[in-house]
Amino acid sequence: MKLELRGITKRFPGVLANDDISLKVGDGETLGLLGENGAGKTTLMNILYGLYQPDAGEILIDDRPVRFSGPGDAIAAGIGMVHQHFMLVPVFTVAENVMLGVESTRTALGMLDLPTVRRRIQEISERHNLKVDPDARVEDLAVGVRQRVEIIKTLYRQSHVLVLDEPTAVLTPQEGEELFGIMRSLVAGGTSIIFITHKLGEVLEVADRIAVLRRGRVVGTTTPSETDSEKLATMMVGRAVDLVVDKTPAVPHEPILEISGLRVRDDGGHLAVTDLDLTVHAGEIVAIAGVQGNGQSELAEAITGLRALELGKILIGGHAIHLDPRSVYREAVAHVPEDRLEEGLVPAFNVAENLALNSYWAPPFGHGLSLDRDEMVKVAEQRIKEFDIRTPSVFNPVGNLSGGNQQKVIVAREFSRPLKLLVAVQPTRGLDVGSIEYIHRRLVAKRDEGCAVLLISTELDEVVALGDRIAVMFQGRIVSELKPEEATFEKLGLLMGGARPEERSVEEAVAMASQAQ
Amino acid sequence: MSAEPGVTPAVIDAGVDAPPSERPPRGRFSAVAGWLHALVLPLLALFSAAVVGAVVIVAGNRDVVGLLESDPLAGLGAAWSIVIESYAALIRGSLGDPAQLGTALTTLNSAALIDAFHPLSETILSMTPLVFTGLSVALAFRAGLFNIGGEGQLQMGALAAVFVGFSFQGLPWFIHLPLALIAALVGGALWGLIPAVLKARTGAHEVITTIMLNFVAVQLVFFSLRSPLFQRPGRSDPISKVIEPSAVLPPLVEGLRAHWGIVLALLAAVFVSWLLFRSTKGFEFRAVGLNPIAARYAGMSIGATIVASMMIAGGLAGLGGGVIVLGTTHNLIPALGGGAGFDGIAIALLGRSKPAGVVAAAFLMGALRAGATPMQVATGTPIYLVTVIQALVIMFIAAPALVRAIYHIRAERDTGVESFAKGWGA
Repeated sequence: MKLELRGITKRFPGVLANDDISLKVGDGETLGLLGENGAGKTTLMNILYGLYQPDAGEILIDDRPVRFSGPGDAIAAGIGMVHQHFMLVPVFTVAENVMLGVESTRTALGMLDLPTVRRRIQEISERHNLKVDPDARVEDLAVGVRQRVEIIKTLYRQSHVLVLDEPTAVLTPQEGEELFGIMRSLVAGGTSIIFITHKLGEVLEVADRIAVLRRGRVVGTTTPSETDSEKLATMMVGRAVDLVVDKTPAVPHEPILEISGLRVRDDGGHLAVTDLDLTVHAGEIVAIAGVQGNGQSELAEAITGLRALELGKILIGGHAIHLDPRSVYREAVAHVPEDRLEEGLVPAFNVAENLALNSYWAPPFGHGLSLDRDEMVKVAEQRIKEFDIRTPSVFNPVGNLSGGNQQKVIVAREFSRPLKLLVAVQPTRGLDVGSIEYIHRRLVAKRDEGCAVLLISTELDEVVALGDRIAVMFQGRIVSELKPEEATFEKLGLLMGGARPEERSVEEAVAMASQAQ
Repeated sequence: MSAEPGVTPAVIDAGVDAPPSERPPRGRFSAVAGWLHALVLPLLALFSAAVVGAVVIVAGNRDVVGLLESDPLAGLGAAWSIVIESYAALIRGSLGDPAQLGTALTTLNSAALIDAFHPLSETILSMTPLVFTGLSVALAFRAGLFNIGGEGQLQMGALAAVFVGFSFQGLPWFIHLPLALIAALVGGALWGLIPAVLKARTGAHEVITTIMLNFVAVQLVFFSLRSPLFQRPGRSDPISKVIEPSAVLPPLVEGLRAHWGIVLALLAAVFVSWLLFRSTKGFEFRAVGLNPIAARYAGMSIGATIVASMMIAGGLAGLGGGVIVLGTTHNLIPALGGGAGFDGIAIALLGRSKPAGVVAAAFLMGALRAGATPMQVATGTPIYLVTVIQALVIMFIAAPALVRAIYHIRAERDTGVESFAKGWGA
């Protein structure tokens, strides 16, 4: 099946989300759709899936124009979409999820025909190496397997064009490789794939052709053989890009953060962090790598006084911390939380209010009960200049800013005082290349000022580029500590996936043991 | 970003992409525009409610309905005139008769002035407790809490105020009156403290607990009024002793019923405005109300905020009860205030949880209450029409999508009112 988008234009109030976009995907071809957040990728795919109507332009399937008034039409035309957030019912089995909406029945009573569904799922999974148990409950499956269920769902509906929206965001590197294998097998079988991502390496690896979107326009199409990361980044951002973090070797001083025997439970009462020991010195960045949900969030919350310690000790500058974020703040600890809009900002508050969110109670803002708003505005105006926050004014709600500028508000708030320790969790998640670079530079600058930096990230690029030491966290434990030069993606990926460090070579084990002392 | 080992994308200059924000900076001019914009929806809701109310007026009038059946044309004329007459009477009864006001103001005859301003005075009298209860709900809402307990807090405030009012004899007014008002404040605040502690400690939802505490408070008042401590000697019905003259909130103008409570109400509105927007506590309230998780991450205590905001909210509602007892009735009977505590929810909603908006909404509701009886006297339209209109106004406000659909207004960003109306599932 051949799919073509011709001159697609979509306007939202004040924004031209898609501007005359034309794309083609041929039979058995993978088109990589690359673009930063806000480039218009999602809008375009929502048009393709019938969720939006284009203001201009048309969709052609096998050279015949089609009109989709809803996802039902798109599915009927053979388009399948795997969303970034899975659309599965957790308590249903794989088979039940797959047939949801297209249930086949038997007998006059309309009983569900599970055996047929099961058989067809097995056929599909064998043909494309999509290993999955039709009778497993979705809630018991790993994220990578759930994604397979989503893909099976689309194939079950006989999709010929598969749209994958940022499919690797939730996967370990190994799971990502598996996914690419599946994609290759699907393409070999004649399926066309539109692969949406903002990760340069992935499109280079798996796409046949690459289209780059910027500010709603296709700024170029190319093939992996004609291009490289730098060229793609330049196209994506719109100007020359330097792909290296400038960083001198760390000069570690005295220990600032000392964690020993830490045990912490998550909100559900399950052990999230077990027997964790970690030390971060002044003047170094310790990066914690790990797949999301292995206790990193709970660790960060324990350090910042947001979560009770069940066992163990956390010392900051020699003082034991309390279950009180403000007392930790007073210890000169800054926290860049994992989720900007949920944890870091009050989106409905304006820039000035968000910049004072954790210091409003102290001078120069707070004097007893009274709040000096003029001072808040004055300081905010300074910070906006200093940190290059792009906002129409200090009175703009932070929720209206771009993700990069929202993160800059947090950085401006957290970095603008003398710090002993900085805890940054996923500080660049969802940001564009330019903002990522900016945040990285600020983190390194803080380190060079003599601040201890604990960086928690699932992005291996980030971990390797920034970490002076790299610790891998798996199921609540630090399973290994590496130097950046010995941390290859493969090794990190294996450790993140639960491979035991004991299985590694003797020399490495010895090196690790000596590090741990 | 790149997946090549050890390589991270970086930009030479941090000219980070900044999609120009869609909203222009807010200057003084657009602030005024914003104010007008904020009025559009409530006004359209009021208008819609008046239209539906007109149908109710006609349907409730047997003569007109009969006429419509026998002679539709004449019936329509009669329907039109009864609607116009009813609404005119409602306005005359709440704001005054323009002609009468004109004569009174030109002659400056004091008896005529009193007469002419009587409707307005009645409106002010009705709105006074409503300002307090509206502020109570609005303040709690800003802190992310649905205070449905205004009624109970009002009753407890009234109970405390009347007790202090009749218990102390021989005190000078400048001691006795403030004491009684403080009692009202404390009574309401303590009644607001109970659901706050339950929520902060156990997570019990304040909607449930405050509703239930309303019942408790109402029955507690009833019980108290039959106890020798409160019950007026020689009476068998539940009515309290009369407060001492030294505890009375005096009328604004001798001869009219509106009293100094309205001044306290307006001061309370100024206070709430300061608290919310110019104080560190209010900063906490609003931060917790808008995003409790981020507030906690920023070092604010959610529990302390719940307790503080509910106590202040309760205190405000309690003062609402206090001003009725000390200014209007001078004693306490069951069902004091005619549901002013519940109306506070509607008023906060209508006033968009803004202190000035609450005052305006309380004025509107006070006018409807004050004009209802004169309307019934003049046109025979039952006073319940006013309740229907009140309910409709609130329904239209709570369903802004409906008003927008009727008048073809494009949706705007989240306005707060909508989250108030929608937030109940939380």
